[in-house]
Amino acid sequence: MVQTKSAGFKAGVQDYALTYYTPDYTPKDTDLLACFRMTPQPGVPPEEAAAAVAAESSTGTWTTVWTDGLTDLDRYKGRCYDVEAVPGEDNQYFCFVAYPLDLFEEGSVTNILTSLVGNVFGFKALKALRLEDIRFPVALVKTFQGPPHGISVERDHLNKYGRPLLGCTIKPKLGLSAKNYGRAVYECLRGGLDFTKDDENINSQPFMRWRDRFLFVQEAIEKSQVETNEVKGHYLNVTASTCEEMMKRAEFAKEIGTPIIMHDFLTGGFTANTTLAKWCRDNGVLLHIHRAMHAVIDRQRNHGIHFRVLAKCLRLSGGDHLHSGTVVGKLEGEKGITMGFVDLMREDYVEEDRSRGIFFTQDWASLPGVMPVASGGIHVWHMPALVEIFGDDSCLQFGGGTLGHPWGNAPGATANRVALEACVQARNEGRDLMREGGDIIREACKWSPELAVACELWKEIKFEFEAVDTL
Amino acid sequence: MKTLPKERRYETLSFLPPLSDQQIVRQIDYMLAQGFIPAIEFEEDPTPDCHHWTLWKLPLFDARTSNDVLAEVRECRQEYSNCYIRVIGFDNIKQCQTVSFIVYKPGTGTMRY
Repeated sequence: MVQTKSAGFKAGVQDYALTYYTPDYTPKDTDLLACFRMTPQPGVPPEEAAAAVAAESSTGTWTTVWTDGLTDLDRYKGRCYDVEAVPGEDNQYFCFVAYPLDLFEEGSVTNILTSLVGNVFGFKALKALRLEDIRFPVALVKTFQGPPHGISVERDHLNKYGRPLLGCTIKPKLGLSAKNYGRAVYECLRGGLDFTKDDENINSQPFMRWRDRFLFVQEAIEKSQVETNEVKGHYLNVTASTCEEMMKRAEFAKEIGTPIIMHDFLTGGFTANTTLAKWCRDNGVLLHIHRAMHAVIDRQRNHGIHFRVLAKCLRLSGGDHLHSGTVVGKLEGEKGITMGFVDLMREDYVEEDRSRGIFFTQDWASLPGVMPVASGGIHVWHMPALVEIFGDDSCLQFGGGTLGHPWGNAPGATANRVALEACVQARNEGRDLMREGGDIIREACKWSPELAVACELWKEIKFEFEAVDTL
Repeated sequence: MKTLPKERRYETLSFLPPLSDQQIVRQIDYMLAQGFIPAIEFEEDPTPDCHHWTLWKLPLFDARTSNDVLAEVRECRQEYSNCYIRVIGFDNIKQCQTVSFIVYKPGTGTMRY
């Protein structure tokens, strides 16, 4: 059946608003919804700018083309269905767009982002544009397999329950030989950490080639495991210059029996990440995800992509851990907003909540959860707040806070583990970690000399920088 | 400066001084308040890759108070005093294990804490 088209082809430039601004439209359950924070150029009406966003991120071209007549635009076009002024901001608007499901290839984060944050971000009618949130319809979520294992399966593998996991990034981040690096790993793990981590820029440099690192680290894992009787791991970074090289390193990691590997999802790219996540699922290897480059994309309030979108995309693409900021440490991030996207990483169903930056209710339809990783600038005195804020399903990483201990890595690791367990015990006994946290740590210092020394070195430091990320 | 001695550990709460019965009761109270199903496991010489310790009887589906659970821990401790004992908990909504902590280590006298 051919649809009747009105009056043949008329060349020319049309206002986008005529086609792409449809305030009466009720989004369908199968639509992918997006919320953009939009700053139009002076003189551009918000509805026209919003329609342009919908058009440029879906079917639109700047001028009418005759081949439009060969398709049903109504079936494929993105629709701006709402525009709201951003409270307290001059000339900023939240623009809500609904995209039909058929615009996207199944199981491809790459394809979704190419559409939503492609050409439109350079569009001249806009001064700035930020993608704040995406609602992935269940129909689309079900085309992804997401995290290779997810939080509860990871716990079963590791045999660790009822507490956050503990990690540490090995420092200095560049320049150690593989053998010296392995020793630093061993000392951390034998002291009581669950994991150590390759720094993101450790790939395979002249001072330490990847294969040497993998072997010395694996020896450290096995030795510490035998001695402590606990399961240990080290995030072996397999991020590489080509997918073939990345997979070669992953295969080797599996061959030597390491439990977890690592990838940088933004610099490596979503296609590589999804490939690796699928391989990890097939091969029973956990996958830790680093987020280098995220601040380039998510730091500006009025332009770029909010981290909650990157986190949701990662959950679809696949990863068992993802860095999410610490809230209490030296890095930025406001608590409510951070915990909003932490929920989006690990819960199965998350309700819309503007106060936490969640613009859409998201149903993950049983897709496994991603464990948030809090890392950077934290030490034993932060432990009560971290346990209270992040809860059990998190990985707390103390880099300087372990390696900087006056007695070395192993006692540093013990100090962190003692502080963690003292906090978990106290929380379960009904004590208020936020109010009594200092007392809880001090009590444990009485019987743990390792913790006492750490507490003396770092004191009760408070970080009070104002967060950049507020609504 | 001190070198950290080599010590075997048994996961959650194993870096604390041995729990008294009263402290065990408080941990179990927390677990029951969360709605988790308690159970007790024991093993003579557990290794890190040993996921399943031997189950003491069945999970305590009918436990109403922490003392019901503690009574079972005591009985298990008496019968298997040469074994490590831990209390675990299941969440039947999320369908996974959520809790595990060590409550008894044979020969604890040799541990620092």
